[in-house]
Amino acid sequence: MERKGFTCEAVEELSAYLDEPGWMRDFRLAAFEVYQSLPMPSLRDEAWRRTDIRPLQLDSIGPFLNGNHPSPGSPVVEPPAEVVAPLLAQETGGILVQVDGATVRCTLSEELGAQGVLFTDMHMAVREHGELVRSHFMRQAVPPTAGKFAALHAAFWRGGPFLYVPAGVDAGVPLVSLLWASAGRTFSHTLVVLEHGAQATLVTHLESRVGSGQALHNGAVELLLEDDTRLQYVAVQEWGSNVWQFTHERARLGRNADLEWVISSMGSRLSKSFQTVELDGAGASARMYGLLFADGSQHLDHDTQQNHNAPDTTSDLLFKVALKDRSRSVWQGMIRVLPAAQRTNGYQANRNLLLAETARADSIPGLEIEADDVRCTHGATVGQADEDQVFYLMSRGLPRPDATRLVVAGFFAEVMDRVPVLGARERLQAAIQRRI
Amino acid sequence: MRVFDSRLWLCYNAAARWAMERQRKRYGDVHAMLQVRNLHVSVDGQPILKGVNLVVRQGEIHALMGPNGSGKSTLAKALMGHPGYEVTAGEVTFKGQNLLEMAPDERSRRGLFLAFQYPVAIPGVSLANFLRTAINVRRKAADPDDKGLPIPEFRRFLKAKMDLLQMDHRFAGRYLNDGFSGGEKKRAEALQLAVLEPDIAVLDETDSGLDIDALRVVSEGVNALAGPDLGMLVITHYQRILNYIKPHFVHIMLDGEIVESGGPELALKLEERGYTWLEGKQNGRGSG
Ligand SMILES: Nc1ncnc2c1ncn2[C@@H]1O[C@H](COP(=O)(O)OP(=O)(O)OP(=O)(O)O)[C@@H](O)[C@H]1O
Ligand SMILES: [Mg+2]
Repeated sequence: MERKGFTCEAVEELSAYLDEPGWMRDFRLAAFEVYQSLPMPSLRDEAWRRTDIRPLQLDSIGPFLNGNHPSPGSPVVEPPAEVVAPLLAQETGGILVQVDGATVRCTLSEELGAQGVLFTDMHMAVREHGELVRSHFMRQAVPPTAGKFAALHAAFWRGGPFLYVPAGVDAGVPLVSLLWASAGRTFSHTLVVLEHGAQATLVTHLESRVGSGQALHNGAVELLLEDDTRLQYVAVQEWGSNVWQFTHERARLGRNADLEWVISSMGSRLSKSFQTVELDGAGASARMYGLLFADGSQHLDHDTQQNHNAPDTTSDLLFKVALKDRSRSVWQGMIRVLPAAQRTNGYQANRNLLLAETARADSIPGLEIEADDVRCTHGATVGQADEDQVFYLMSRGLPRPDATRLVVAGFFAEVMDRVPVLGARERLQAAIQRRI
Repeated sequence: MRVFDSRLWLCYNAAARWAMERQRKRYGDVHAMLQVRNLHVSVDGQPILKGVNLVVRQGEIHALMGPNGSGKSTLAKALMGHPGYEVTAGEVTFKGQNLLEMAPDERSRRGLFLAFQYPVAIPGVSLANFLRTAINVRRKAADPDDKGLPIPEFRRFLKAKMDLLQMDHRFAGRYLNDGFSGGEKKRAEALQLAVLEPDIAVLDETDSGLDIDALRVVSEGVNALAGPDLGMLVITHYQRILNYIKPHFVHIMLDGEIVESGGPELALKLEERGYTWLEGKQNGRGSG
């Protein structure tokens, strides 16, 4: 299969192939102009100071037009059965399985369908619910101007789940999405819209085998929570170690909206993710939990923002990071409190567990507070596996690797306990065990 | 005073010898289980143990007493193989094999147990999960094909052991020693002793921090485990635990050495008189 670079023609070709309405084609083309106008991030940019992407051959990876899929809706490649089967075994309200952004399976329970819930892939959503998508897509949360990779995504996005829950509906059981990458280029877009009073749980899995050469994931996540809504969102990233990931992810919360966001990142060669919650409505609250585990020469960079834009808002972030071998993690977190956001509580904590002397963790917490009635705390720790803990477990007969495994599992438990879906929790636990 | 003490010492010595003889007669001249010879241990380059000699056989209960900082816990941790405790001289055999060459986990799997004076907390790891792992690594070491103790069977087993120590079953779901009160930690140590069924157990101040009722429960629980198959070294400051767990031998450690050994009466005497009468008993400095 021939690989093409990121060009204007490639945008046109992709949009035509997907048979998109004119507005989306124009949107992509405009975004591509933004992409071209922005410089490639470099170590001189504050946000990219610790993450070197010079080895990335972006243009030789190129966009994903059709790859090895002969026609829309009939992909050749299926995700491996062992990846899909556990998801199908869970009790869910609906499942979306995609390969490289093309849908291979999409179900939604009749009950949810009858209540007006939409759970489908983004292309279907653009075709069938154009106005709904158009009024939200890359407007309020992640505009193409959010960054070089946001613009690239806006021009070349392909696939990803669309979840819409109408006012007052509680979607109940989790909705699950799997994106399996076989062609080494994914650009998935996740868009969640919860109308006034709606509730939902969404679990997304991003996975691939280790392939040869550089692969790319350039994604965006938009979580739009109107007033009095509640969303639990669990994102599990287990890319193969050849994937370079760049994502922009942002949630906007209306009055009294509540978000619990679990971010698990264990795969990829390098990943740079911007993850932001905007507490726009009074009384909104968001909790962000990170569960990161890297080995080999992986590099995980998370740039988080908790923006308090309204009074009586609460945000709480806890990132737990374990690192092996020569892996490296960067966490840069900012709590911003606008002058109007009185009676705000903002917390952030980053705990790093280094399992090798060659591993490295950078923690950069930050506060920007413009209101005066505010409670904010931040803290970061970097430490090794506690030798007294390991000794204690060994004194009960556990060989050192088993003892370490248990200490690491314990380290993550605080976050793991927050994963609301049993199936996802088991998958994460298994992934952690494999990694130790 | 010293003359008087020395006479007493001879008297206790004779009692100890007599007790040992009685043990031999009762159990036959069994293979020494845990044999400590001239053990020297340093911490951070600082010598703490200065030639400890001790033999603990299966079925025997030894009490080890001594003032704060005399080296009792150092002995316990060195026996378990804590990496921070450096053995600079001497030898320790366990069931005839060189204990000092074994990693802590191997010592445990071979039947040595230490109830810690200060058990560490391991947040995120439940007591049940930990104990099941501990049981399963033993089974696996004995039989590489072992698939592990089935969960229902493990639950039954654990509940029975918890009942022995009158522990609330909900404890099994709590994170190991995390937020446990002092007494709860000691109870959890005793539970591990009951679950792991060692041949020789060192109990480092398992009685400290227990209220009177808990002391009775834990002591009776431990006592129920005592028998011809279990040898115990009970480190304590108080006579009261020895009212439940009756020692055959009592040893007194002073400044890194065992300076006095005798029968149960020795503990009573300490309770009465403290340690001052033992001053000057250390090797090379003692009056004899
Ligand atoms: N890790 C360590 N670093 C420095 N000194 C240590 C360390 N561990 C023990 N020591 C010292 O070794 C000596 C013996 O300590 P140990 O804990 O063995 O005493 P102990 O007899 O158990 O006392 P206690 O009755 O108070 O429990 C003490 O002086 C103590 O300060
Ligand atoms: Mg001690």
